Parts: sequence; structure tokens; C-alpha cells
Amino acid sequence: MARITMREAISQALWEEMERDPNVFIMGEEVGVWGGTYAVTKGFYDHFGPDRVKDTPISEAAIIGAAIGSSIAGLRPVAELMTINFAFSAMDHIVNEAAKMHYMFNGQMVLPLVIRTVGGGGRQLGATHSQTPDAIFAHFPGLKVVAPGTPADAKGLLKAAIRSNDPILFIEHSTLYQTRGEVPEGDYIVPIGKSTVQRPGKDVTIVTYSKMLELSLKAADELAKEGIDVEIVDLRSLRPLDMGPVIESFKKTNRAVIVEEGWKSFGIGSEIMSRIYEEAFDYVDAPIKRVAQKEVPLPYNHTLEQMAIPNVSDIIKAVKEVL
Amino acid sequence: MEKEAYLRLFYEMVVIRRMEERAAELYQQGKIGGFLHLYIGQEAVSTGLISARIPADRVITAYRDHGVAYNCGISAKRILAELLGKATGTSGGKGGSMHLADVTKNYWGGHAIVGAHLPLANGLALADQYKKQAAATICMFGDGATNIGYFHEALNMSKVWNLPVLWVCENNRYGMGTSIERASAVSEIRQKAEGYGMTNGCVDGMDLMAVREIADAMLKEVRSGKGPMFLEIETYRFRGHSMGDPEKYRKQSEVHKWQENDPIGIYERFLVASKITTDDELEVQAQLAEKEVQEAVEFAESSPEPGAEELFRHIYVED
Repeated sequence: MARITMREAISQALWEEMERDPNVFIMGEEVGVWGGTYAVTKGFYDHFGPDRVKDTPISEAAIIGAAIGSSIAGLRPVAELMTINFAFSAMDHIVNEAAKMHYMFNGQMVLPLVIRTVGGGGRQLGATHSQTPDAIFAHFPGLKVVAPGTPADAKGLLKAAIRSNDPILFIEHSTLYQTRGEVPEGDYIVPIGKSTVQRPGKDVTIVTYSKMLELSLKAADELAKEGIDVEIVDLRSLRPLDMGPVIESFKKTNRAVIVEEGWKSFGIGSEIMSRIYEEAFDYVDAPIKRVAQKEVPLPYNHTLEQMAIPNVSDIIKAVKEVL
Repeated sequence: MEKEAYLRLFYEMVVIRRMEERAAELYQQGKIGGFLHLYIGQEAVSTGLISARIPADRVITAYRDHGVAYNCGISAKRILAELLGKATGTSGGKGGSMHLADVTKNYWGGHAIVGAHLPLANGLALADQYKKQAAATICMFGDGATNIGYFHEALNMSKVWNLPVLWVCENNRYGMGTSIERASAVSEIRQKAEGYGMTNGCVDGMDLMAVREIADAMLKEVRSGKGPMFLEIETYRFRGHSMGDPEKYRKQSEVHKWQENDPIGIYERFLVASKITTDDELEVQAQLAEKEVQEAVEFAESSPEPGAEELFRHIYVED
């Protein structure tokens, strides 16, 4: 197994799927000549050509709309939205068209569509470019929402997404591209809609995903030094949400902290907490805690921004509170 | 065109008219829920337009879609069954009036968010371009849709990518109750296509033959890979925007003036005057149309409701 970056893992998945299936193509802003804003599609334009690596105008609704149209007509588009903040300009097409069409037309229309996008804060990009609105998209039945936290999962989930016949929003994290990890070579598939235990433990369960997995693993290492054994469940997919490993872990530890980068109100943590109470109330030994972003638009100033985003000590503090 | 084909177009217009008159009754009886947008007055637009397509051409439209669906080959039975929310409807009762579709007929819906299907049309056309298939995508929308951002993004992208789309604006002069003059910076809609360097035309939508002629010419160009084109079709809806429209925004005298130009009457007079057929033959066609609609109403009313198991079906392909 090679130890590669998240960027390389995603790039590898795209490349291999495009080599495998001529109906897979990429479209989006700066995906071609530029090589991708985050350099994920560097070299693709020269290799696959302009018909399969399509640079688009800055027209998010038209990008997603055209991707939907081409998917129902038999192609397998991977449409890129430069950041998830721009997905709001295509919101109607994502939630009103992509998420509805298979159901509303009684299965006649099939949408093998992947929307790749990038979320998360921490890069001083200001309030409009730093959001983690994952929960909004996870709200809609008909759409699948995937957000990997490791390079291996990024590769395996993206390949699964491209082969899936459902519309999938694939959310990458802007500060994870340089993160390295062991990634299986060749055809490596991670099924969509399956949570997994990323670190086994017995004292407390952390439920998290994407960038917050990295922070939770660091927090767990720190806590281990104090003899606290943390189990970490990585959701990986937000819809369909696989609560199996979460409930199983909670029944063992009886304590949980949910860590997400987005805002706490109406967030992923709210959903996970509700489900634990609904499905495993008899196992609760302490009130479940949520770690999430402060309820502010993210400020530009580095210190202020870092104050708003969850960090390792926030997670350690929450874990100690539930013990 | 052969005589049979001329008669067929007359027949289709009469079916659409009768089907919608019956739909209005069924709505008033409470058998159709939600919204019901009637196409009455605009029949020559889709009948003329769709008559010029080849089977490989894709069609996509907005929510005033009963007529287009019929012209694309969906039976009155399945259309009315969908309006009644029945299992035998085009979308198994899950779509309703605004979401008719049959992809086996290359008819891609029936889309209810104003303008949102225009970007989808680019995608349909892109698939044909990608696979090097000589086909056009016919995308129909109202004048109201030309004021939303999707319209402009979609027209621009289609031109930049040289996509085989025929953009068809059905200009019926009102977006709901707001007239073009009150909503659009230009009242001649085709001027908007000029801004995207797109070849365009305008035609009287009450004249089926005129619509058919220009659509045929434009579709040939579009299919041949010359890029998107834009057709404005001037028309008028004789009924309200949807059922229960108080129509405060227009005078009845205006409606009556347009009704004198009934597209079915114009076509009928053309057929007789050019000696293609006779009044008697047309009367036979009208009776056959009436019969199809009557049978369709009976079929729809007697069809079963979708089963409870349908509620959770087709949320995803891979359940």
C-alpha cells in the first residue's frame, strides 16, 4: 500500500474511473486548463482532452443542471463546484432537481451523478468562503452526501460514487488535501452509507467525520496518555446515515461526544444525539455532548477564526465532561 | 406531408383541447389535486413544433405540459391517470400534472420550477454531442422564464459549447399575472438570444403550419451541429394561469380578441381551403378525438391508486 495524500487519492480515483468508463467525464470551473483549483485534476486535460475535461463558465446552476441532464441521458458526469459555498447558487438544481427526479418520475430517470465540492474553514477565506453547510444537504431524501476523512476512504468512496446510479454530493475538506495515509492501489471501493470505527476504545465514543476525524484522533492520543480510551466512529456518509457502528459503540461505552465543524444548531450532532437517545436511551450514563462551530459567520482574522472552529482541546474538554 | 399526417395533427390538437376541458371538470369535482395549468389556446405551438421532430430529438418542457406530453406520444389515458394521481399514470401518480414524462418517448418532462429545466436541456444535448449522435434537444419554456438567471446561464453555456439545443420560448404574454411589459426589459423575447449571438426567429403560434415550417428548418440546422438556435413563438392562453385564477390582470375583451384566432379553427380553415380534406372528414376526426378522451377519463377514473409500498420506492436506485 502506498502512503499518499488525500489530493493524490482523489485524483487517482478520478483518473482510474475515467480510464475504466468512457462515459465518465469531468466538468466544472477551472478543472481543465488550470488543472483544478486544488490541483486535483492536474494533467487530466492533456491526457483525456477537452471533451472529457470540460471547463465551464462561472455558472453553478448551469453546471449542475447540465450534469443532471447528461446523467439522465446516459453519461456519468463528475461535476465540480469549486467550493460548497457556491453550491447555494446551484441549490435549486441540487435539491429540487437532482434529489427529486428519480422519485418524482417514478424511477424513469436515473441520475449517475457526482458533485465534487470542497468545504470547511480555517484558511482565512472569510465568512462566504469557509462554511460547512453539510447538514443542509443531508436533509434531503433522494440525495446522498459523502464526506471522507482519510485518503483511503476518499479514494474508495469516490470510486463507489462514480459507479453509483444515484446523485451524490461528495464533500472534500480544503485543509485535508495534504493529509497522508495508506491507500490501496487499483480498484479499491468503500461502500457509500457505511460508518466505520477508525479507532477502537472502551471508555467513550466520539462520533465525527471529515476534518474533525483528524482532530478527534489527535485528541484521543492525548487522552490515551491520561488513561482514557476513546473509540472513534467515522460517519463517512451523512445520507444514508449508518447508525449501526455508532449505536454498537455507544452500548459499549455509554458515553458520547459528537464532533462536527459546522454550526451546532440543527446540525449533524443534533441528529446523531437524537438518534442515540431514540435508539439507545437505556444505555446513557451521561448527557451526550456536542462540539461544533461557534454560532458566528466565520471571521477573516486568524485568531478569531480559530476561536470559532472546534479544536483538539475543545474535544478533550468535552470528553472529560462526559466521563 | 401526406393527408393522414395533416389529419393526425388536427386530431392531436382536438384531443388536447377536449382532454383539458375534461381535466378542468375533474378538477372542479375535486378529483385532481394541486395545480392544474391548462394549455388551451396554445395547442398549435407544441403540435406544430413536435411534428417537426425526429425520434432522436429530445423534448423537455415546463409545467404547462399536458399538450406537449400528448404530442410526444403519451396517451390521453396515461396523462389523465397521472392528473388523477393513479398508479397507471405516466409517473405512477407521484408526479402530478406538472411532472409528466416518458423517457421511452424521448420526452424528459414536465419541470415545475420556472426556468430550472433549461440547464437540464444543455445536459441532454451534451450527451448527444458527446456520443456524436445527430439529434436536437427541444427545450420549451414560457416568457416568464426568460427573466430568471437559469435562462441566461443556460443560453450562454449552450452557445459556448455549441450544443444542439433549440430553445423555444412560448410567449403567451404573461408570467402568471404579470405581463411582459411589466416584467421583461424587452418585450420582443428573441432579442435576448441576440445577446448570446444566437440565430433566432419569431413565429405566430396560432398558425400550426407556420410553427411547423420554421421549427423544421431550425431543427435541421441544430441537428447538423451548427449550435443552438432560438425560436420565439407568440401565443396566448385562453384560460387562467392555473385553475382558480381571478384574471384581474387582463381584460376579457383581450381574451375574446385572441379567441377569434383559435389555433384549431385556423388550422381547420387551412385544411379545407387548401382542399387537403373536408369538413365532414374533420368532423370524423373530432369525434374520434372525443372518443379517445372519453375512454381516457373512464380509464383514469377506474384505475387503481398507487399502493402504500410505493411511498418509499424510487428514492434511490440502489435501495
